[in-house]
Amino acid sequence: MKALVAVKRVIDYNVKPRLKSDGSGVDLTNVKMSINPFDEIAVEEAIRLKEAGKVSEVVLVSIGSSKSEETIRTGLAMGADRGILVNTGDPAIEPLAVAKILKSIAESEQVGIVIVGKQAIDDDCNQTGQMLSALLDWPQGTFASVVDIQSADKVLVTREIDGGLQTLELDLPAVVTTDLRLNEPRFASLPNIMKAKKKPVSKVSLADLGLPENFIEPRLIVQKTEAPEVRQAGVKVADAAELIDKLRNEAGVL
Amino acid sequence: MKALLIADHDNNHLSEQTAKALSAASQLGAVDVLIMGHDCTEVASQAACLSGVGRVLLAEHEALKHQLAEPCAEAILSIASEYQAIVSAASTTGKGVLPRIAAKLDVMQISEVIEILDEKTFKRPTYAGNAIQTVQSNDSIKVLTIRTANFATTENAPTSAEVVALDITLGQQRSVHISDKVSDSERPELQSAKVIVSGGRALGSQENFNATILPVADKLGAAVGASRAAVDSGFAPNDWQVGQTGKIVSPDLYVACGISGAIQHLAGMKDSKVIVAINNDEDAPIFQIADYRLEADLFEALPEITRLLS
Ligand SMILES: Cc1cc2nc3c(=O)[nH]c(=O)nc-3n(C[C@H](O)[C@H](O)[C@H](O)COP(=O)(O)OP(=O)(O)OC[C@H]3O[C@@H](n4cnc5c(N)ncnc54)[C@H](O)[C@@H]3O)c2cc1C
Repeated sequence: MKALVAVKRVIDYNVKPRLKSDGSGVDLTNVKMSINPFDEIAVEEAIRLKEAGKVSEVVLVSIGSSKSEETIRTGLAMGADRGILVNTGDPAIEPLAVAKILKSIAESEQVGIVIVGKQAIDDDCNQTGQMLSALLDWPQGTFASVVDIQSADKVLVTREIDGGLQTLELDLPAVVTTDLRLNEPRFASLPNIMKAKKKPVSKVSLADLGLPENFIEPRLIVQKTEAPEVRQAGVKVADAAELIDKLRNEAGVL
Repeated sequence: MKALLIADHDNNHLSEQTAKALSAASQLGAVDVLIMGHDCTEVASQAACLSGVGRVLLAEHEALKHQLAEPCAEAILSIASEYQAIVSAASTTGKGVLPRIAAKLDVMQISEVIEILDEKTFKRPTYAGNAIQTVQSNDSIKVLTIRTANFATTENAPTSAEVVALDITLGQQRSVHISDKVSDSERPELQSAKVIVSGGRALGSQENFNATILPVADKLGAAVGASRAAVDSGFAPNDWQVGQTGKIVSPDLYVACGISGAIQHLAGMKDSKVIVAINNDEDAPIFQIADYRLEADLFEALPEITRLLS
């Protein structure tokens, strides 16, 4: 069975975002961009499933500007087989539209499993996988920390939930979203980075997918983007005794 | 505007998250609360006591016992057309099911709402809480998850709301619940605790974590949190992780021990009322947001604190 993995190009997780002074959003000019960390975990999982003989081919898809090809190449260097770049230009694209595009690709590619990150570290939405699962009418295994394909038509997914862990058995095809502890992504070796340059990446437009252009128009109007309130650094205490005294008599929280 | 609030519960107890999400939903208009589960009439009675609840809708079904996203979405969609807003706490259950509702209704969900400005305008954090967006939704039905750390809990009402049983028919299920591994501890839940003591990578092992963090937490009647590094290293269970991609908390007192203060961790705790940081590195970023900084080796400071509190 084929695995489809969606990868998003986002601000690198080590970079502290800088806001534009006019309130129009985060300034991404000359900022280091990387593959969304949860998507990197998704790519790793799909490659491991292929190495274990459970998956025959790992197809990556990225939706965004032409620069998203770099993100696909990152995943190809890790070991994915080929990529699809859906060029939608620069504007941010919402999870609902992403889910619709992924649905169209999952169907035309006839994949057996879709693996996506549980959230993107830029918009922090945590929606795409669930939306895709609903649109395809496939089962979902969100926030996965174990993915165990049992047969051509069953997968066990262990999920990180508020109270601990939960294991589900899903019929395939299914949609899985990754959590942090699913795996530790590998580093791509130099030879694999070179090889990845030759792997096929097909570039498609919305029209190629038979989707109308207007359908990626955002539903939410972002009126402004502002910095959160900043917390001021407080006072230094000398030792445990002073700390307890301050918490009791100054802050009143003990 | 009429809002439907999806309740979080374990078939016995209504979660405090729901009482907090209710104070958000009430800002939109009249609120009905939907309880989906199995043998959970007790939960319906608890919800009926909350102030501001119009009706409690009780959907009991064998297939809803574990509140899996697919059957819950089916149940919600069967009544969604009566409402202009579908609301839930941003719990793992809410996060799992609400995007399915949004997709089926063809609307964009607004995730992790921290403030409601009016019926269609909301504030939500992005970039690990470093960029707060004000967004307007013109969709006919608003689908919202609520970041409960930003809302107070609803008090009980003098009289109970009416409980209405719903007759739910569900299609063939293709997700089956196999098992849960939940920690049943006597400690308060992270998201409702007044005090949280959290440990990071510096603890070095699960034994150290238990021997150093837990006694202080016990003395303070606190919930226990952890950084991602501590969870990844197996010092603490996954459900203790605080941060951008773990739990978002805002206790009266948050004590961060041996945690450096990466933006992903700060995203989960910087709205706490009082923050204490214990770290042996004077340049640790956590100190920049701490009200009280104790520059010390935690293996000395924490046992000392435990002793002084005894
Ligand atoms: C996609 C993504 C999501 C993430 N989500 C989260 C999240 O939700 N929550 C989260 O916490 N992190 C998250 N992270 C990880 C985050 O970036 C940091 O790596 C993590 O928070 C670091 O944990 P830490 O502070 O325990 O460890 P470190 O950064 O290693 O800090 C250890 C600290 O302990 C101090 N120390 C060492 N020894 C002692 C001693 N004896 N006494 C006192 N102090 C001592 C050190 O000075 C240091 O400051 C995420 C990362 C990514 C990429």
